[in-house]
Amino acid sequence: MIAHIFADLCNGCQACVSACPTHVLDRAAQGGPPVIARLDQCQTCFMCELYCPQDAIFVGPDQTGPEVIDPSAIKASGLLGQMRRDHIWDAPPGDLAPLSEYWQLGPYLMGGAQIAAERYARRHAQGETK
Amino acid sequence: MDGLDLETDVLIIGGGMAAAWAAIGAAREGAEVVLVDKGFVGSSGVTATAGPGHWWVPPDPGLRAAAIEKRRQSAFGLAEKAWAERVLDLTWRSLPQLAAYYPFSRDGKGQTYYAGVRGPEYMRALRRYAIDLGVRVLDHHPALELLTHRDGSVAGAAGYARLERRPWTIRAAACVLATGGCAFRSGLIGSHTNTGDGYLMGAEAGAELSGMEFSTIYTLSPAWCSTRTLPYTAARFFGADGAELDIPPPMADRAHHRALAKAMLEGPVFADLSEAPEALKPILRRIQPATIAPFERRGVRIFEDRFEVKLFGEGTIRGTGGLRIIDDDCQTTVRGLFAAGDAATRELVVGASSGGGSPNSAWALSSGQIAGAAAARLARTQGRQAGERALGQGRAGLRPSRAAHAVDERAAIDAVRDEMLSYGKAFWKRRASLEASQARLDGVWGELAKYRRAEGLDQVAARETAALVATARWSTRAALARTETRGLHARADAPDLAPDGARRLLVGGLDALWTRYETPAARTLLAEAAA
Repeated sequence: MIAHIFADLCNGCQACVSACPTHVLDRAAQGGPPVIARLDQCQTCFMCELYCPQDAIFVGPDQTGPEVIDPSAIKASGLLGQMRRDHIWDAPPGDLAPLSEYWQLGPYLMGGAQIAAERYARRHAQGETK
Repeated sequence: MDGLDLETDVLIIGGGMAAAWAAIGAAREGAEVVLVDKGFVGSSGVTATAGPGHWWVPPDPGLRAAAIEKRRQSAFGLAEKAWAERVLDLTWRSLPQLAAYYPFSRDGKGQTYYAGVRGPEYMRALRRYAIDLGVRVLDHHPALELLTHRDGSVAGAAGYARLERRPWTIRAAACVLATGGCAFRSGLIGSHTNTGDGYLMGAEAGAELSGMEFSTIYTLSPAWCSTRTLPYTAARFFGADGAELDIPPPMADRAHHRALAKAMLEGPVFADLSEAPEALKPILRRIQPATIAPFERRGVRIFEDRFEVKLFGEGTIRGTGGLRIIDDDCQTTVRGLFAAGDAATRELVVGASSGGGSPNSAWALSSGQIAGAAAARLARTQGRQAGERALGQGRAGLRPSRAAHAVDERAAIDAVRDEMLSYGKAFWKRRASLEASQARLDGVWGELAKYRRAEGLDQVAARETAALVATARWSTRAALARTETRGLHARADAPDLAPDGARRLLVGGLDALWTRYETPAARTLLAEAAA
């Protein structure tokens, strides 16, 4: 769930308020950092991070309940902005880097399933399991 | 408070890929198009958080026929060949049109890779394309109800702008419901907004549903956060005592999930991904960044540490049911009301088996454009009729039948989750347990319909709750009526195909539910017989 908005990094653009599909955030009255108003609606989808140009918002990994984090530890961890960097979200038009490996999704999905199927067949052939 | 009042040719309700393609399809026909979404077009719904692969077959008659034949074998007599052909054709022609908006890369063999796209980038591309075509996108404008004319035809919709905190009314000559499916608030990634809103709004306006019994399907994820499933397909599974569990492989579909569910009913289950394809390990982050994050941020080494897993229900998202479509234009039984994507039944293409993955995406892309274009043509021939009287059709949560009082919505949602997602009830359906579910859900519905009246922003949650309960009731009622096992629908007390079961099952009604088998579409059966 959304864990923290770093006031010192936030520029008050409210992009995360718009981008959040589940209306967790409210605009700040005076243009400052948005307010986490309905955390129970957060689905831990990381979309707010993707749309934050300042890397000022951090989503914790647990979707089952609110998380207490240490803001300074998060800053030091280098995880702020990780989602945008991994996506190469701000690549210029025509740059094919962001999705250059994406075609491998299908083959690895099937490859993994094949590994599981062969393992299962092998075990049952050997009579290891009932 | 001052509301927003608009008039347009075509109103699209929803904000995922089907809605975006519907808006594109309508705008290309020259219509004025307004799209309203509950969330944000780009992040809303299950496409944005996923990576849809599309059913992708080159226009070679032999290849196409083979692909359709393969699907037909798992459709159990409920699909239509002509729809499959249309969907394959439209998909093949449509995705390359996004080249100016989406950075299609290579496929490892020097060709452009179109079939699979990553959710956030895909939805951003569709948003930009739609806006460039003149579509007016209204984010955070959830629709609460449809409006109809006196003759029953659709007249528009009304809703609530949740950031501006004001009501809106939009009159339109035609509407497309592209509100997605319903995951019964399982926690499935991207599905929090997928509460079956379109099913409820459609049914209130007189639409029917089809295939709602095909709603039992799950996805594996770490227990603390639903993700996509790429790294898990080679997983080994362990019980709390560290002993390895004998779980049939993912290809075994129901047997795989049923074995996991059985183990989870007995205690926690842990996954070990160390046998995942070696070459995947270093590049998973480049393919699915959001799958890595819940591990990295929790300090779990995804391919080394064992971690607890859970099954997250997909409901009608990866199921196949939805609003019944009665013509080649994706029109529902309500004149001027069209359905697309997971809001519509996908039985036409995939029948009784999940179209999860590629056929569902191809259907969303295709049905969206078909519905959007047909809505635009209807607007052109019939005109907007905006001067005619129109009435809001919303009931539960908006206009209770008795004097309003508070209703425990959290308890209502808990009841839906329990009846629809509990592994025991979902995987081992029997008449007695289904009847008990039905009775409990009917009771919950009764409370909402009789007493719940929300105001302002609260209306959004009230209608989501009503839609969740309504969808659960239709699914349960249909599961009771289909006394056989067919595709996704498995009855522990009727484990075989019934000889007369190759018919689509319709369901509908609000306070009183009904089911009936569809009179077989002559075209379908003739086409199948001639083939």
